[in-house]
Amino acid sequence: MQITIENLDFTYKLNTPFAMQALENINLSIAEGEFVCLIGPTGSGKSTLIQQLNGLLLPTNGKIQVEELVIMPNSKRLNALRRRVGLVFQYPENQLFEETIFADIAFGPKNLGLNAAEIEERVKKAMALVKLDYEKLKNRSPFALSGGQMRRVAIAGVLAMETKILVLDEPIAGLDPLSRNELLSAISELHEKLGITIIMISHSMDDVAKYAQRVIVMDNKRIIMDDSPREIFKNAEKLLAVGLDVPTMSKLLWELKKQGWQVKTDCLSLAEAKAEILQAVRRKKNA
Amino acid sequence: MIELVDVVHSFESSSNGLVEALSHINLKINDGEFLVVLGHNGSGKSTLARHLNGLLQPQHGFIVVDGLEIHDEEQLWEIRKKVGMVFQNPDNQLVATTVEEDVAFGLENLGVPPEEIRKRVDEALERVGMAGFAKREPHHLSGGQKQRVAIAGVIAMKPDYLVLDEPTAMLDPKGRKEVLDTVHSLNKEEGLTVIHITHFMEEAVDADRVLVMENGKIMLAGTPMQVFKQVEELHKLRMDVPLIVELAEQLRQELPLGQDILCLEDMVEELCKLQ
Repeated sequence: MQITIENLDFTYKLNTPFAMQALENINLSIAEGEFVCLIGPTGSGKSTLIQQLNGLLLPTNGKIQVEELVIMPNSKRLNALRRRVGLVFQYPENQLFEETIFADIAFGPKNLGLNAAEIEERVKKAMALVKLDYEKLKNRSPFALSGGQMRRVAIAGVLAMETKILVLDEPIAGLDPLSRNELLSAISELHEKLGITIIMISHSMDDVAKYAQRVIVMDNKRIIMDDSPREIFKNAEKLLAVGLDVPTMSKLLWELKKQGWQVKTDCLSLAEAKAEILQAVRRKKNA
Repeated sequence: MIELVDVVHSFESSSNGLVEALSHINLKINDGEFLVVLGHNGSGKSTLARHLNGLLQPQHGFIVVDGLEIHDEEQLWEIRKKVGMVFQNPDNQLVATTVEEDVAFGLENLGVPPEEIRKRVDEALERVGMAGFAKREPHHLSGGQKQRVAIAGVIAMKPDYLVLDEPTAMLDPKGRKEVLDTVHSLNKEEGLTVIHITHFMEEAVDADRVLVMENGKIMLAGTPMQVFKQVEELHKLRMDVPLIVELAEQLRQELPLGQDILCLEDMVEELCKLQ
């Protein structure tokens, strides 16, 4: 396994009157090349968990292993870990700071001690991955771009680190529909073409249904479900109870079933739902 | 009624020179209307919203809110009482250490008598379904609850218009539903005029009217049905149609479905009519 988490607990402000436990007994392994979506209501511990993955927060108890690197409550020297795990925060465009797009994306690779030619190569590659035109944009200010483009510059900055694991905290929040689709396709391409392990937090059940190979559901500091999207979204009642939802298509089929239709309810995509509905209509006609 | 006449607002951009964020906008927002504004990032939606209560002033043209002129500083405060705003990030809007103090904040600033404040705060929290949370600390609430407290703070001022700038962008599914249900019930039951800016197409299907903006202009306007029929045009504007509308379109090629399908309930109804 590429990532293994064992018996992990985490408490914010430990040993103070403000101590607040955020993660409780997390056990999880993720294999190289998986596309995992992490879902859960606000405050369930998702963002806290992913910050453990690149050492921004250290476990209070338990351990994390990323490849051969082991992180324990008192671990130091986390640089090696950060070269394996790239982390894209919520609203990453708020962290852009350089005068040009090139300089902003080059910041990380520069800190890795690469030479000028290597840095340029990395910036070019990262920009291509998120579909930004290198020649046209490299000398422009990142602040002159649209929201969706700024977000892609910020993500390119993380991609330029060329980590084998990419963790994204709600990367599409606040983007318009087309920017949303473009960014998700770019992430999916990284996964398919480069075999990068993706761990993505999302509140959009339709996107989770479309992209995830595996879904981890968190509620109240714990992992409560861990399975394929199809299996996860069969548990509509449990998901609704913790403030989540099921994808639109499966919700539609549940409603039809309530009206007496004999349909499968675990359709995830529009194409599947369409086929299921047409089949049910034909069955009725023939009956 | 809010009326915008030939409103222009430009910003200096470092690489593109002067950019018109609002380009000769003419718009009437009717009393009691539920208006949804769509448009891609940078299309001018938020600039439009910030003009409705004078946070930004038109550089050309004018805006009148219920007969009050927005460029008149003496009338501006009256307008701000009429037009309440709620923004995307609830954490940036809550200021006090308890929920009720937060909702009371605006009223205290207006010098409303304490008994009246008590009454209005209780009513506002009741209206957004947060009555049991008066003494709680805002930062311990969920995203949807925080956003409803922010709405309570605005409706405690008894505005006639509520402008929401992507209030659901950061919320989980339950939080989104809570906020939308609250806003719709304020519109239906209290007649509050709502101007709702969003990137979620599904949030537009219950609107009275939908606008789609690009480059500071209103490119499409109409009922949700009229707007979501223009699939190609929407894609050009970086928008989408709700999944249910797309499914209806595809199913119509094989089944005699009616034209008016916008949401899940419509779809179920139409499908059940088939037999």
